[in-house]
Amino acid sequence: MKEPQPLDFEKPIVELQRRLQEIREHSDEHALDFDSEVEAMEAKIEITRREIYDNLNAWQRVQIARHVQRPFALDYVERCFTNWNELHGDRLFGDDKAMPCGIAMLGEHRCIVITNQKGRNTKENVLRNFGCAHPEGYRKALRLMQLGEKFHLPVISLIDTPGAYPGIGSEERHIAEAIAVNLREMMKLRVPILAAVIGEGGSGGALGIGVADHVMILENAYYSVISPEACSAILWKDRRHAAEAAEALKLTAQDLMRLNVVDEIVSEPDGGAHRAHEKAAEILGRALHSNLERLLKIPINQLLKKRYEKFRRLGNFAEPPKGNGATG
Amino acid sequence: MAIFKKPPTGGGGGRKRRSDIPEGLFQKCPGCNEVVHEIELTENQRVCPHCDYHFSQSAKERIESLLDPGSFVEMDASLHSVDSLRFQGMATYKDRLKKYQESTGLIDAVLSGYGTLEGIRVAIAVMDFAFLAATMGSVVGERITRAIEYATTERIPIIIISASGGARMYEGMLSLMQMAKTSGALARHGEARLPYISILTNPTTAGVMASYASLGDIIVAEPKSMIGFAGPRVIKETTHQDLPKGFQTAEFLEEHGLIDQIVHRRKLRPKIAEFLRFLGPAAA
Ligand SMILES: [Zn+2]
Repeated sequence: MKEPQPLDFEKPIVELQRRLQEIREHSDEHALDFDSEVEAMEAKIEITRREIYDNLNAWQRVQIARHVQRPFALDYVERCFTNWNELHGDRLFGDDKAMPCGIAMLGEHRCIVITNQKGRNTKENVLRNFGCAHPEGYRKALRLMQLGEKFHLPVISLIDTPGAYPGIGSEERHIAEAIAVNLREMMKLRVPILAAVIGEGGSGGALGIGVADHVMILENAYYSVISPEACSAILWKDRRHAAEAAEALKLTAQDLMRLNVVDEIVSEPDGGAHRAHEKAAEILGRALHSNLERLLKIPINQLLKKRYEKFRRLGNFAEPPKGNGATG
Repeated sequence: MAIFKKPPTGGGGGRKRRSDIPEGLFQKCPGCNEVVHEIELTENQRVCPHCDYHFSQSAKERIESLLDPGSFVEMDASLHSVDSLRFQGMATYKDRLKKYQESTGLIDAVLSGYGTLEGIRVAIAVMDFAFLAATMGSVVGERITRAIEYATTERIPIIIISASGGARMYEGMLSLMQMAKTSGALARHGEARLPYISILTNPTTAGVMASYASLGDIIVAEPKSMIGFAGPRVIKETTHQDLPKGFQTAEFLEEHGLIDQIVHRRKLRPKIAEFLRFLGPAAA
């Protein structure tokens, strides 16, 4: 893999790397031994990288989550699963390439795999519609989840979408209904459901495949009710306040853990998943496997009860003990 | 996901508009441009007597015109929104809540409870667009969920009258999660084979449309209501396409197969009663 495109806040690292390169060239030119300088500079780069990555703000994490060289769903499918067979189509209208779904093995376990897939270049993005699914994606996902229910196969959902697609066809074929039906049916599905937000968790489009017994999120992924840019446009009448909006929305893995919206943060390799696909996949694969084993041991009725209660509890409001009306 | 600050065609805050008009007695109908007297509107369930244009109704007015007089008992009236994210924008969430509580006399964007409709016991939740575009935060989600759960426990139908700009961004992901929570409660109500009637009014969009509003056993809409997932401006900007005629109206969605029936507000009460009697309480 070639060196990933640096993000703005990674510039200090790039500058140090440039100086390291200079030292190396100088050493070669003059056939001198600069080993200790090289070592010191390498150490400095690592310290700088760690310092930056240990102190990321919300907007920086959003940029990492959207990094074009970040591992996408199918990169994880390739590395974490075996025997992957993509199954196409919703049997109603079409096959949504923004949401590849299929069957695969996770270790010794047969699974249904639901994914959002983004593209790395224009051609891929045209095919994948920038990871924005139409109603067909959600309906295909549900078809496969119900296949899983029929054959007692757990469902694993890898979420990475800016959101459901806001288009004419989407509305004509009722994208809202497709998402709503998934929310209801996933709550009832009689097999374990495991979800991981691996990059972008864009609002209802992400939740539409995100009602799960255990919701994981990668360290630098985000999950938000609205994109920071759109939030900025509404609240500040201007898209330039996206960084402030990102902070306000509490959309990072760490914030969401505090709000109980997610159940587990999966760590990424130093410097982000985009720097080390193999390592990132190894960590995620292990987390998926151990959680799946745990969920498979829970009797299904108990699991469904816990799934309901987990989402039932979410929300924060004040309820003074003496209301005016009767209580339900 | 809050798309509209104001409903696209009239609607939203009859109360507010009244105060815009001197003496608060007349207003121009957006449907036919006729000048309509406030008393005419009030007596006609806020429908234009000349062209049938449906002005928006408050949640309270809707409950009064749908349920049997005096039968409504409000539940969970003490639930208040809290600013759990300490949201800082140009205006704080707290300030906005206070502003809308003062302008509408409501505590939040939904009224919920139970009562009877032509003698049939029902649970009901009604959203009020005048309160912060009836966006769904924790209070809306919780009250709707409790109303559904009450209906499931009591083995009675649930009616939800929706209007919404979507999930309430000031509560971040907690508001998005209300979509899963309410849909989950409907899953249980449905498994008990109890009827859910979803009534869509102008406008119903985004996160509310992508959860309970779309899940009715029967989905009805008021004429010409704007109904959809994404806002028309967002769709135009994303696709660079002209939108079809009547796009995202109740009529368009009936034509495209989402809505069972478009029902005039005057006929809503007998129609819902007919549906409920027909579906009946299913055997347990
Ligand atoms: Zn008129």
